[in-house]
Amino acid sequence: MQIIMNLKNVINVFVLSACIAISTSSCKSKVSDADLKAKVETVVASTPGVTVDVKDGVLTLSGSVATEAEREAIANTAKAADSKNIKSVVNNIVVEAPKVEINANDVDLAAKVVDATKDFPTVQAVVKDGIVTVTGTLEQARIQVLKQSLDALSPKKVDLSALVIK
Amino acid sequence: MALTTKYQGLIDVANTSGIEGLQIAEQEGVLHIRGTAPNADVKNKLWDVYNQLDPNYLSGDVVMNVDVSSAVAGSQVRVITQNSNLNIRKGPGTDQPIVGKAAKDEIITLISRANDQWWLVRTKDGEEGYCYAQYLEPIA
Repeated sequence: MQIIMNLKNVINVFVLSACIAISTSSCKSKVSDADLKAKVETVVASTPGVTVDVKDGVLTLSGSVATEAEREAIANTAKAADSKNIKSVVNNIVVEAPKVEINANDVDLAAKVVDATKDFPTVQAVVKDGIVTVTGTLEQARIQVLKQSLDALSPKKVDLSALVIK
Repeated sequence: MALTTKYQGLIDVANTSGIEGLQIAEQEGVLHIRGTAPNADVKNKLWDVYNQLDPNYLSGDVVMNVDVSSAVAGSQVRVITQNSNLNIRKGPGTDQPIVGKAAKDEIITLISRANDQWWLVRTKDGEEGYCYAQYLEPIA
């Protein structure tokens, strides 16, 4: 009788622990990696250039954004999409400043440089590979206006090093 | 020395001056600064700081293209030529015929911005045509 009781207890404990094990694993399998991925993709959709991957509940973010703040914000938003089921976040997003647009068309740039330097008869400006190189002489007080006029044309570089300042 | 270190003072001013669409990027050894300043004072301040860090802009390692947001259609702009009159032309380009002149410090009306370089303006006398934008400064 005693033995049977003990056996019963053992069985009870076994059944109970088996239940716990099943319920835990069933809880895990409730949200699949694919579902998590879809959830996160929905919340980060507003940021193009960021890709999402989920494996065994671990979320990996890749791609590039413009600022560190944005990088961190995306990780937080992504985690918040299902903070219960996302185990951890691997943030592989890199911060990459957006490229500044440059006028690489020498013909167009040269035509604009002619307008910009029209009132500076003592200087000469040539354009090559997006770089404006200025030579000649100029009074110090007018250098800023010249540089402003040339920078406003979005060249790759404005080289005044050969300019003689009066 | 990294350009962002050399021009840290300029970057700091740019970051704290309420410049819209501010872009600061180093590309091929040149620091490019872009954006729209809220007024002409901010733009002038940026250029003063830039000149302090690189006297007479001789290093050629910065291209700063900052315009002013108060320069909107219908606003008043001041002629900021060195001492001569500002030509008003029939079309946007120095190859266009001169149709009028505006005196230094004269206040004229900005009708529209044809492009970044040429703005359509009207003087008090009713003369209308295109002026080179670098010689026009938005008021306030």
